[in-house]
Amino acid sequence: MIISVASGKGGTGKTTVVTNLAVSLGSDVQILDCDVEEPNAHLFIRPTIEEVKTINTPVPEVDMEKCNLCGKCGEICQFKAIVVIGDMVLAFHELCHSCGGCIEVCPEKAITETGRELGIIEKGHRNGLEFIHGKLRIGEAMSPPLIKKVREYTRSDILTIIDAPPGTSCPVIASMKGADFVLLVTEPTPFGLHDLKLAVGAVKILGIPCGLVINRSDMGYDQVTKYAKKEDVPILMEIPFDRRIAETYARGDMVVEVMPEWKEKFVQLYHDIEKIAG
Amino acid sequence: MKEIVIISGKGGTGKTSIIAAFASLAKNKVLCDADVDAADLHLIVDPEIKEHHDFESGHTAIINQDKCSQCSLCRDLCRWDAISDDFVVDSIECEGCGVCYYFCPEQAIDFPLNTCGEWYLSETRFGPMAHARLGIAEENSGKLVVLIRQEGKKLAEERHMDLLLTDGPPGIGCPVIASLGGATAVLIVAEPTVSGRHDMERVAELAAFFKIPAMVCINKFDLNPDQGEAIEAFAKQRNIKVMGRIPFDPAFTQAMVQGKTIVEFDGNSEGCKAVKNIWETLVQRLEL
Repeated sequence: MIISVASGKGGTGKTTVVTNLAVSLGSDVQILDCDVEEPNAHLFIRPTIEEVKTINTPVPEVDMEKCNLCGKCGEICQFKAIVVIGDMVLAFHELCHSCGGCIEVCPEKAITETGRELGIIEKGHRNGLEFIHGKLRIGEAMSPPLIKKVREYTRSDILTIIDAPPGTSCPVIASMKGADFVLLVTEPTPFGLHDLKLAVGAVKILGIPCGLVINRSDMGYDQVTKYAKKEDVPILMEIPFDRRIAETYARGDMVVEVMPEWKEKFVQLYHDIEKIAG
Repeated sequence: MKEIVIISGKGGTGKTSIIAAFASLAKNKVLCDADVDAADLHLIVDPEIKEHHDFESGHTAIINQDKCSQCSLCRDLCRWDAISDDFVVDSIECEGCGVCYYFCPEQAIDFPLNTCGEWYLSETRFGPMAHARLGIAEENSGKLVVLIRQEGKKLAEERHMDLLLTDGPPGIGCPVIASLGGATAVLIVAEPTVSGRHDMERVAELAAFFKIPAMVCINKFDLNPDQGEAIEAFAKQRNIKVMGRIPFDPAFTQAMVQGKTIVEFDGNSEGCKAVKNIWETLVQRLEL
C-alpha cells in the first residue's frame, strides 16, 4: 500500500506525521521523502545512508559539424530551450524539459543528449525502516522529474509512506498520483482551511480516498471540522497543541520516542487508513 | 522602484502574517501575492477585484479518435507515458512538449493552449494588489509568478508608488526561482527548528546563487533559542543581515481568524512590536 501525506498549506505537520507513523509501525515500511525542494524527514529519522546517486535529465548537445542550421529543432521546442541564431545553435539546458523532440526532428542527426543534474537521491535505513529521499540541486527549477525518480524506489512488498511537498501544483500531483490513500494534514486556521480545500480538490481530481489529520486541533477555529463533515472527509487523528510536541519537533526528535503514549495512536491511524483504503 | 520578496524555504513559518503586517505599516506600496499555488494573503487583506484575467500557458495534446490510425508512433515518442493503450492522452501526465502533435502522420492530434489559472488586479484597504490563482493540479506556476510580479510593477508605476511587497512561495523550485529575478532583496522568514534551519540554509543558498541580497528574521524564536541562534550564526557567516526575532505569539493566529493584520488586531502585542522593529530596520536598510 502507498500512503501519500500531503497538506496544501506548508508547515502543518506532514513530516511529523510521516516520520512518527513510520517509526510506530517499525519494520516493513519505507519512507519516500518527495519534498525534494526542502526534504526534512531525514532530520528526524537520521538514517544510515548506504547509497547516493546523482540524477540527471537528458538535454541536447548539438554537433555543429553536422548541423545545417535548418532551425527545425527550434520550431518543435515548446520551451524555447533550443534556438538557431545566425550560424549558431544555442541550447538553454535549464529550460529543457527533456522531451527529445529536437533529436527526433533533426534531419542531420546532429543532436545527441548530455545530462543536466536535477539533484541527488539518497537511500538508507534505520533499523528495519527503509529511507529514500531526493534533494533538488540548488538553482534547479524542475522538481517533478526528480520526484518521479524517487518514486521508482517504491516497493510493492512493504508499506510506502510518501512525504509530499506543500501546494497543489505539479510537484504535489507527482507525489500523490498512484497512491492508495492520501492523508491530508491541516491546522484549524483560515489559511489551513483555504489550502485544505485546494488539496481536497487535487485528491478528487486523482480519485484517491483521503482522510484528515488536524494538527494543533484545539486552536478554537471549528470551520475545518465543519468542512470535513460537509465534504465527508473522515478525521482520523487530532493532535492538540502541546508545547512539548512543538519543542520535540524543534529539536529534531520523534514525538513517539519522547511521548510513547502517541505510538499506539499512530498505529491506530494506520489501521483506520487500512480499513478505508482496503 | 524597489521590491522586497518574502520567502522561507519551509512552508508555514509565517510569511503571509508578516507581509500582512508590513501592508499595515508601509506607505505607497503595491501588494503582490506570488504564492500562486496556495495563495492566502487575500484572506487577510480582503481584496475587491477590479480586473479579472485568464492565465493561459502551455498546451495539452488531445487525440482525435476518428482520425487516429493507431500506428502507435505517438506512444513510442512520448517520454511521459501519457498516452494509453487505446490512444487517450492523460492530461495530468502530458508535459505539453508537442512531440506527438508534430509527428502524427494522420494529423490526428490537437494541441490547444491551456487556461491554467486566473490573475487579478484589486484594491485593498492597504492599497492596490496583484494576485493570482493557479488551477489545481496545473503547471507553469513559474510563468504565473513572473506575470503577476510584472503586473504588480505596472500597477506601482501607474500609481507612482515606489515599493512592491511580494509574498513568495515555499520551497526552492520553479515558482521560487521565478519570484527572485530582479528583486531588490529577499527577506527569509525562518523558524527555529531543525527543519526550519535546514530549509533556511537551502533557500539562502538559492538567493546567493541568483545574487539577490538576503535578510533573515526568525519567527517563534523562543520555541528553541539554540536553533534560532544557529540560524543567526549561519546568516552572519554568509553576509545575510539578521533583521530581528519574533516571539511565539498566539495573537498572529487570532488576528488571522478575524481577517486582520496583527497591527490592526493588537498593536501592543509582543508579536506586533517585533514585526514593527523589523519593518523599521528594513526601511532604513533599503532606504524605503
